[in-house]
Amino acid sequence: MSLGRNPIAWPIAWAVAAIVLAAVPFVHRDPYHLHILILILIWSFAYTSWSMMGRFGLTSLGHGGFMGVGAYVTALLWNHLGLTPWLGIPIALVCAAILALIVGYPCFRFRITGHYFALVTLALSGIVLQVITATRDWTGGSLGYTPEATKGSQLLAMQSGDKVVWYLGALVVWAFGLVVWTWVDRSMARSAMDAISEDEDAAAAAGVNVTAEKLKITVLSALMTALAGAVYCQYQMFISPDTVSGIGISLQMVFAAVVGGLYVALGPTVGAIITILLAEMLRIGFGTKAVGWDNLIYGALLVAFIIFLPKGILGSILDRLKLRRAPAPTRPAAEPARARSASAASPP
Amino acid sequence: MEAFLEIFDIYLLEAVINGILLGGVLALLALGLNLIFGVIDVTWICYAELIMIGMYGMYYLFSVYHMPYWVAAPLCILLVAALGALLHFLVIEPLLSAPPINQLLATGGVLFFLQSFATVVFGIDFRNVGIKLPILAVGEMHFSYARLLAFVAALIGMVAVYVFMKKTYVGTAIRAIAQDRQIMVLMGVDTKRIYLITSAIGGALAGLAACLLVLMYDVHPFIGLSIGPVTFLICVLGGLGNFVGGFVASFLFAEIISLGGLFSDLEWGYVLAFGFFILMMFIRPAGLLARRS
Repeated sequence: MSLGRNPIAWPIAWAVAAIVLAAVPFVHRDPYHLHILILILIWSFAYTSWSMMGRFGLTSLGHGGFMGVGAYVTALLWNHLGLTPWLGIPIALVCAAILALIVGYPCFRFRITGHYFALVTLALSGIVLQVITATRDWTGGSLGYTPEATKGSQLLAMQSGDKVVWYLGALVVWAFGLVVWTWVDRSMARSAMDAISEDEDAAAAAGVNVTAEKLKITVLSALMTALAGAVYCQYQMFISPDTVSGIGISLQMVFAAVVGGLYVALGPTVGAIITILLAEMLRIGFGTKAVGWDNLIYGALLVAFIIFLPKGILGSILDRLKLRRAPAPTRPAAEPARARSASAASPP
Repeated sequence: MEAFLEIFDIYLLEAVINGILLGGVLALLALGLNLIFGVIDVTWICYAELIMIGMYGMYYLFSVYHMPYWVAAPLCILLVAALGALLHFLVIEPLLSAPPINQLLATGGVLFFLQSFATVVFGIDFRNVGIKLPILAVGEMHFSYARLLAFVAALIGMVAVYVFMKKTYVGTAIRAIAQDRQIMVLMGVDTKRIYLITSAIGGALAGLAACLLVLMYDVHPFIGLSIGPVTFLICVLGGLGNFVGGFVASFLFAEIISLGGLFSDLEWGYVLAFGFFILMMFIRPAGLLARRS
């Protein structure tokens, strides 16, 4: 990380990384590997969206619900009204945002935090799952749902059999997620949210509009998660309540984000790489005998991580690097921006 | 009576009574979770998975090892009680000083673990203990004996816990800790031991619930996902850690599910109940019986 201080080095490094990532499908065309990469990118985006709230102590177990809304609304509009996903996805996002407001407003207004917030949002993913199952005449219930293959323009239907197209699309979406994460990380909202997660009353006394700040970050996170659901639906062309909504998915998001590292931008991506590769390796290595083993290992790992490595893999590695460079850090490495701004603000 | 039944829709009455019976079981589920929350300040997200393991325990003891029900049930309760204590010892104890949300997430990991453990060890087939209890017919109304039995057993279980909490030293200590966690250490109460005992009682209640639910439903590794959310909602609706609130909320919830199911599918009953829950979050966010501050 010797390029830390150089103003030109970082943009160049980013540009190189972007070109390398974008070039992958043209160099290596193996469809199976591309499929895994696309899944990793889409899920990384979803996990990143979750971590935008999760890092501030807003532990939502309702993101499975947002994802389900994003996927199902888009697919239902396409199949029943023939509405192109280019318009359907924005509508789905609006639905997810409204849902986030309905659940978020009373929670934040009445200071529902911690356990309570987690359980209330858990109710949300339960509701979405139940509604999808109960309206099986339209949604196919627990058997799943398939957006109809288009007879006309593939671009209009946002469908494509070409994995390269999907890889590039997923890459853009994933990069967008990272940009939003970094943007929030450097904004005033981040300081406000940090203050709120430390002490709500003190933050409110210092002039932070607690309810509004929390709602902003929640709606943003819900929008992105719904987008992830819609993209996943368009790519897989099959969704079921178990793969895009419900508590299982919500917990999976939490798990990947925590394992990768909640407080660093690439943490959720690392989490997605680990979880998806683990599942695929078990599936290839043991075939159908492996059913359940991946989650068995996830579960045990999640417990171990929360007890021994609460900052996640990437967070802990960055901590180590930071420790080696600066012998006596007073602040955790996971919050470099705050450390920077704090040292800049306080007079020497 | 005849005239009354004619005026009053018979199906409505049946649904109301079935709701009360369901409420008893839900109240038992909520009690265990509330106990753990009230005393240790931890939410066991994996609570329903403990019940699932208990149901498998019942299935194996009863259907595979051919034990009589009355022998298998206490064994099963002991088994889940031990699991509860183990869960506390292995997962919660190391995290007691961590932020509360970490404890919740760690039990989320246990949820994954138990669910896949069941998938790997027991397979994903639906299992049935094969006890067919008769249907009780009163007039034109039909009630299942299994529900009636579950209702009665749940009430007995709740009374037993109540007596234990009120009449014994340990019970008093548990209630005292629920009121003030810091002071009781100074009063010479061994919190570690009390926490372990509470976890075991919570587990035992899950075990009792398992013995009763196994009479009504098939066991499969994912049954926890259908029991769990309802239980959490009831606890939040009643106010986490508030025993009376949880009790009232259970019956309210059960009635909504039962009556909602009367007009449409059972799932719509659940959707209605969840909708009611969200509505109540606006009106009484701290629980049904909470005093307004």
